[in-house]
Amino acid sequence: MAGLLGKKIGMTQIFTEQGLLIPVTVVKAGPCYVIQVKTQENDGYSAVQIAYDDLKTKNVKAPVKGHFAKSGVTPKRFLKEFEFKEQDSANVGDELTVDIFKVGTLVTVSGVSKGKGFQGGVKRHGFSGGPSTHGQSDRLRAPGSLGQSSYPSRVYKGLKMAGRMGNDRKKIKKVMIVRVDLENGLLFLKGPLPGAKQSLLEIQN
Amino acid sequence: MDLLHNVTANQLKSDIPQFRTGDTLAVHVRVIEGDKERIQIFQGVCIKRKGGGINETFTVRKISDGVGVERIFPLHSPRIAKIELKKEGKVRRAKIYYLRDLVGKAARIKERGV
Repeated sequence: MAGLLGKKIGMTQIFTEQGLLIPVTVVKAGPCYVIQVKTQENDGYSAVQIAYDDLKTKNVKAPVKGHFAKSGVTPKRFLKEFEFKEQDSANVGDELTVDIFKVGTLVTVSGVSKGKGFQGGVKRHGFSGGPSTHGQSDRLRAPGSLGQSSYPSRVYKGLKMAGRMGNDRKKIKKVMIVRVDLENGLLFLKGPLPGAKQSLLEIQN
Repeated sequence: MDLLHNVTANQLKSDIPQFRTGDTLAVHVRVIEGDKERIQIFQGVCIKRKGGGINETFTVRKISDGVGVERIFPLHSPRIAKIELKKEGKVRRAKIYYLRDLVGKAARIKERGV
């Protein structure tokens, strides 16, 4: 199967059998349910639509309810599509849990990063700022020159400047699965992942 | 937060002796060379304990051939075979960094409970 949805629990460290201390992000992933299988003939592309996270059924709007009713699964909070690969087999109503992932494999994780608000060029783009000595004042975190002079007499579009930072969709590739906890449905992924605790993450092979 | 504690709980050791900053420790470290394993002892004064749960570490300082050597150990590391409490020291700080500036007689620590 292609992937799972999950929630970020937080970061900690765990020891490997060799005694190495590895930083991990704990993710509560699944159980997810296959709601719809999209095919080339029907929809123009092939994908699996999966749902995750229970919610109060009485608050669900009728069209959404109808969509879920087709698969016989109670309505869920999140619906996402994953690319359908040749070797995958998926049927509507299937339950997916963390056992689809093997320890030691590399996965791709997507999520929305924490919003940082309006930030300057030093934090947002890694500018080095200005010098602190040699008669300088108010230049320490300045962005520097914005371009040339009378030609072109304008600032090029897309120039890196201060602005809103974070709250973007980020995709982290080659994240190693350090441990899989089948009992609690937890994945231990090496290193940091985007987003705040309890935020949604997509994990795919 | 509780969940994070629970998932690491089974990796915590229960056989760690009660020790604090200022105590003299002999740390039995598992050294792996190729496919052989042996125990190496690192003995010195604990100058700090830091962190909690599985993240807890402690630093041991010793003078080796006149050079100060400090090693930071994760408290619950499986690489540590045993921690031996050699001497209980009486100090007034949780982090005794001032020991780094002292040599010889001045670097001694009073014993606790005597």
